[in-house]
Amino acid sequence: MTDSERLLHSRSFVELGARQRARALLDTGSFRELLGPFDRLMSPWLPRQGIVPQADDGVVIAKGKLAGRPAVVAAIEGGFQGGSMGEVGGAKIAGALELAVEDNRNGIPTCAVLLLETGGVRLQEANLGLAAIAEIQAAIIELRAHQPVVGVIAGSVGCFGGMSIAAGLCSHLLVTREARLGLNGPQVIEQEAGIGEYDSRDRPFIWSLTGGEQRHASGLVDAYVADDVEAIRSQLLALLAAPSAQRASRHQWFLERLAQLGDDCPQLDAAAVRALYQGDA
Amino acid sequence: MNRAQNWLQGLASGEPLPGFPASVQVVDGELDNRLARFIAVVPDVHNPFARARTGEVGLLEGWGLAKAVAEAVDADRDGEKRVVVALIDVPSQAYGRREEALGIHQALAGAVEAYAQARLAGHPVIGLLVGKAMSGAFLAHGYQAQRLIALDDSGVMVHAMGKAAAARITLRSVEDLEALAAEVPPMAYDLGSYASLGLLHTRLAVDNAQAPTAQDLAQVRASLIDAVRDIGDTTDLRSRLDGEHRSASREVRQRLRSQWQEA
Amino acid sequence: METLNFQFPAAQPGRGRALVGCVSSGDLEVLIEPGQAGSLDIQVVTSVNGSQARWSQLFQRLFDGRDLPALKIDIHDFGATPGVVRLRLEQGFEEIGHD
Repeated sequence: MTDSERLLHSRSFVELGARQRARALLDTGSFRELLGPFDRLMSPWLPRQGIVPQADDGVVIAKGKLAGRPAVVAAIEGGFQGGSMGEVGGAKIAGALELAVEDNRNGIPTCAVLLLETGGVRLQEANLGLAAIAEIQAAIIELRAHQPVVGVIAGSVGCFGGMSIAAGLCSHLLVTREARLGLNGPQVIEQEAGIGEYDSRDRPFIWSLTGGEQRHASGLVDAYVADDVEAIRSQLLALLAAPSAQRASRHQWFLERLAQLGDDCPQLDAAAVRALYQGDA
Repeated sequence: MNRAQNWLQGLASGEPLPGFPASVQVVDGELDNRLARFIAVVPDVHNPFARARTGEVGLLEGWGLAKAVAEAVDADRDGEKRVVVALIDVPSQAYGRREEALGIHQALAGAVEAYAQARLAGHPVIGLLVGKAMSGAFLAHGYQAQRLIALDDSGVMVHAMGKAAAARITLRSVEDLEALAAEVPPMAYDLGSYASLGLLHTRLAVDNAQAPTAQDLAQVRASLIDAVRDIGDTTDLRSRLDGEHRSASREVRQRLRSQWQEA
Repeated sequence: METLNFQFPAAQPGRGRALVGCVSSGDLEVLIEPGQAGSLDIQVVTSVNGSQARWSQLFQRLFDGRDLPALKIDIHDFGATPGVVRLRLEQGFEEIGHD
């Protein structure tokens, strides 16, 4: 296949909405949405604050198959309220993962895929979003003991806040060049620490530190693929069969690396982070 | 002075264990004749990471908490599981360039992982809120506990973001934010509203939340013991779902369950 | 934010359901379902206040001269232009197999 032919055949994943993404990853014909938009389980908190809700609260839960194995996909719609986690959307993800754990206890080996496009807690539902994220994290850890939980950060919102911590708990993480992964959003850091510390308008700088390519090169994610439906799906299937790096359990390794930075850690660029985190990973 | 440090010294007599970052203090004490590990994140003016010098949970704190909890789980693998108490006064996660570059999200995931694994292994894990419990810092230090106990004090606060920053991000004035928060319990900054969400096991009135008296310490110890007994053999977070203002969380789970079987 | 209700005469209930769009800036989501015989009922929840007349005109123009099935339509609008509203509604009608 020539390059132009490949371009013609490729289909962007990033451009798809959450529902289309979930459908595109699951085996053809296996997509079954749960608590879909017509169930109208919407945020009870947004309308009280004069904000228009969305019928699915920005989260799509779908059961289906991945290369024949039972799976549940939770896809966050980044277009609605920045993919923020409110009470309903958060409970949909936590509840789906909890049911997947039950499946496994009953002999059904359900695995999970999280499509993460989120700024973290929805500030209009603050403490209920935060509580839901703690429950999502608990459920990821519990399910992971049975079957893989794969996080996919495709772009364009990226994955931030409490949900970036959830990403760090997944068995595997898959990103594209369009992905960003970090705890704090650029504007919040600039507000808290000043423009000298973090210039939220300096896009090349931000991408160099938190973009998908850098996260992969420094070993903080497992796979880096092009923005293409087939490429993402085939890499996802490969990860489901691979052993987990168990990054969240490697405190000893990370503490040793951080200790190498001395008593007054200087600012680091992307290359310095790669150098620090590479080798005997 | 950091509140968690004061309570740590009062609840667990003994020197902090060596081998941890200076901002992560770990003391093994006892509760109800059972071994208990008390853990606090405290300010360290010499923290190698400049953005984490005033009690924030940053890279060293996340991984340090992970180590403190995971080592207890390893040590008790074949014996009685010690109680783990997170003493919580954390103003925020660390906001900085070094933090993002070096993957602070992963460090906090390490702490979440360790607390959750302790819970799943059968350790009673309790979060004791003595001061601020903010956002990612709280997720990393305490939110995975089976039971949360809070001092009933105006200095105790749980939230996703400080008032000023939340107002800026949601494009509101601080006054508007406060007016809304008064009507919307999950947005409120007061402990009473937080309690209405059903996430707390107990609220305790004490004489001095800043520097506890002997009576305060005795009362909190009794409450911790009560929580350990209440936890029993449970290893999950289910007790948090009964709150007055969490009906949507329950309804989602209930309807999801009925559709799950059919799909 | 305001909630508006509209009703138009219609024929027998339509078939099928459709969801199009998303509640993102400048867009809207439209949920279409079979309605009560004889009536096309629309509820609009919109971020733009004082827009009753604008929606009414838009629907009248769009439905003018059409033989409409009875439908229940829910709209969650986040500041979409009339062009985008029209596009989403047409997409929705196409999806349920009726123009």
